[in-house]
Amino acid sequence: MSKGVAITGMGVISAIGNNVAENYISLVEEKKGISRISRIDTVHHDAIMVGEINLSNENLEKTLGLTPENNYPRTALLGAIAAKEAVKNAAIDDINEYRTGLISSTSVGGMDMTEQYYYKYFEDSECQKYIDSHHIGDSTKKIAEQLGIQESFITTISTACSSAANAIMFGARLIKSGKLDRVVVGGADCLSKFTINGFKTLMILSDTYSTPFDEHRKGLNLGEAAAFLVLESDEVVKAQDKKVLAYLKGYGNANDAFHQTASSENGEGATLAMQKALKIADISPNDIDYINAHGTATRNNDLSEGRAIINVFGENVPDFSSTKAYTGHTLAAAGGIEAVYSILALQNNHIYPNLNFKTQMEEFTITPQTKAKEKELTTVLSNSLGFGGNCSTLIFSKKA
Amino acid sequence: MDALKEELKNKIIEQLNLEDVTVDEIADNDPLFGEGLGLDSIDALELIVMLDKDYGIKLSDPKEGKKIFESVETMASYISENSSK
Amino acid sequence: MSKVYINSVACISAQKTFDNSTFLDEVIAHDSNVISVVSPNYKEFIPPAAARRMAKGIKMGVVASKLALQEAGLENVDAIITGTGMGCVVDSEKFLSKLIDNNEEYLTPTSFVQSTHNTVGGQIALAIQCKGYNFTYVHCSTSFESAVIDAKLQLENNEEENILVGGVDESGEHTIKVHSLINHIKSENVKSSELLKSNTVGAVFSEGASFSVLSNKKQNTSYAEIADTQTFNTLPEKALEKTALDFLKENNLELSEVDVIILGNNGDIDFDHYYDVLSSGILKNTQQVYYKHLSGEHNTVSGFGFWLASNLLKRQEIPEIVKLNQKDISTIKTVLIYNQYRGENHSFSLLRKC
Repeated sequence: MSKGVAITGMGVISAIGNNVAENYISLVEEKKGISRISRIDTVHHDAIMVGEINLSNENLEKTLGLTPENNYPRTALLGAIAAKEAVKNAAIDDINEYRTGLISSTSVGGMDMTEQYYYKYFEDSECQKYIDSHHIGDSTKKIAEQLGIQESFITTISTACSSAANAIMFGARLIKSGKLDRVVVGGADCLSKFTINGFKTLMILSDTYSTPFDEHRKGLNLGEAAAFLVLESDEVVKAQDKKVLAYLKGYGNANDAFHQTASSENGEGATLAMQKALKIADISPNDIDYINAHGTATRNNDLSEGRAIINVFGENVPDFSSTKAYTGHTLAAAGGIEAVYSILALQNNHIYPNLNFKTQMEEFTITPQTKAKEKELTTVLSNSLGFGGNCSTLIFSKKA
Repeated sequence: MDALKEELKNKIIEQLNLEDVTVDEIADNDPLFGEGLGLDSIDALELIVMLDKDYGIKLSDPKEGKKIFESVETMASYISENSSK
Repeated sequence: MSKVYINSVACISAQKTFDNSTFLDEVIAHDSNVISVVSPNYKEFIPPAAARRMAKGIKMGVVASKLALQEAGLENVDAIITGTGMGCVVDSEKFLSKLIDNNEEYLTPTSFVQSTHNTVGGQIALAIQCKGYNFTYVHCSTSFESAVIDAKLQLENNEEENILVGGVDESGEHTIKVHSLINHIKSENVKSSELLKSNTVGAVFSEGASFSVLSNKKQNTSYAEIADTQTFNTLPEKALEKTALDFLKENNLELSEVDVIILGNNGDIDFDHYYDVLSSGILKNTQQVYYKHLSGEHNTVSGFGFWLASNLLKRQEIPEIVKLNQKDISTIKTVLIYNQYRGENHSFSLLRKC
């Protein structure tokens, strides 16, 4: 278990850009992708704001070269776009040259189609093609097809809002243990009526731009996105003289075991996850230069996560910010896009501001970074926290 | 008022699936959350929808529910003062 | 690298398998195209305050996990890893049908919260206060195997000592109806005993949960050692024999050393030929066993296959009801399991006597 995990490729599509370069420009130019919803007809149109990707399913299908009879739900379309970008970025010509796996993640899978055709399935045989694309493993199968991964290990993780972080974590284990030479890891989630209404019932959707870590935060903006990384073993990197974007240095997953949806007030789960990740990375809290926080802007998350950060870092909390005000909370994909943003931060020595922050939270004195900051970054920590008490931390570093 | 309280108890049991609880076991002033019936934040959200659906009362902030849902007594008096149905 | 043992088994299925004092002594003969589980008394295991929100799948998962802990003599574990192919379909259907029927109004959070794919894993953690690693794999017919592979890696590397691993899938009304529409479910009732002679398309759908404590410490309750599990997203029929042989080779085994092969035949005429390749090919002379006539088909039914293999190895007996052929074997040392669903997501697992 001493092997390194090199990140050699990344891809992302989100409300702030259709690829890595576009996402980075938006992050630097502080352009958020939050608007009123346009692609889903919902009664909550005027009550919520979302991070929607500016491409129709038809556009995405065209980009992927799919024929009209395809049965890709939007999650699979987004996932395939981002995964292909990651593989291209890693300069992989023959995907099956090495033992290559795929660990994807999603929470909605094909729900966008199921909610459109729920009753129509019984009347119209045309739409029945989507019945078998409902289950969430199907989107992973389609991404594998798009990448040409055959006769190999592919699987799907679904642990709510920490899903993609967990996919990256499991991928790292597979590389470290020598089970795979190369693995494409990440996640995808599209917007759906199901999640919009679900979060609405929990009364945690903001009716305006979300304001992570602000005293007056009113809840989250939902978003849609997909992001993937290519992880490769030291051997492959050496054999192919690969350019390494960053290393996945540490990872940790823990359970809050407090409540099905709410995080504990003391942030125990997140504290444990960060501590485990630091231990695996074999570094001290002082080595972390920037935290890309989960920071959803719900009352519960930001308090719990803030306290967890204080638990781990004490008096010396590093610069931290949440990028959810740019993209919305993209659920299963969040840990994936934030992994890409963390690596971009490292590559460019650039800390993104926590947009929309105005008022210090009363419960503690830590304040997110509110202005863009240029600073030499070596190691970045990223948190993803979800329903079911699921807490995950990833640590990215320039150093192997 | 008594009829409303009885109605609320029945609704609470049904809506929150409190299979092993009977109407007689819920006293008007018993706390619904914490010690008493042991309800939690998800139940509070269920009750907010019940207020809206059955009594036409809309709460926009879940925190408002805290005082209203203290007991069947407090719920009943809030509803009788504010119901639009 | 440490060896990995199955220290307990708990299986809730369409047979009365949750009671480990018996082993398929009495078998329920089903005659249907959708079958339900024989439920234990969930109330004995789940306090009413927790049970009131739980759909059947969550109850099955929580109870199977408690039974598995009990048999392993543990109060808690280091990690919980769950597999589910379809997730909490009952709550998903409940929330979605209300959403559509009420045009997005008057929706309540309970069924949404419970519909999340990792609900079972989260509920088990809550029930036993396990703050460790908690993952949920949702990948069709290899969901359970994905969980096993993850657990095995951590145990082999001594990162954890005891991990609760399981699979759970529940039947949902709408899910059953739409899968009937596309003929994934048989259109006619089938007698358990005639499943493989049905000559029709589709499977007999079912539900179930199976949990085990996997550990790198052998104990007196141990059933078997898990030597290996591998999955393949695609596998052409012509590559099947070679893949099986390679799998054995990687585990330093000769074909002749496999005492029992457990096959996942489900009576679907379109896909059972994958099993036939092995049963009439390289494994022709091996004792062949099947189980889906007892359990029905669902995404994590291979957990039933593991339960069966574990029992064969511990009890050293093969119930007649699961035999596909008759071979004389003195000792059952090595059991190979092969499963696939609809020609995709193939898995090979190797269990050994310990």
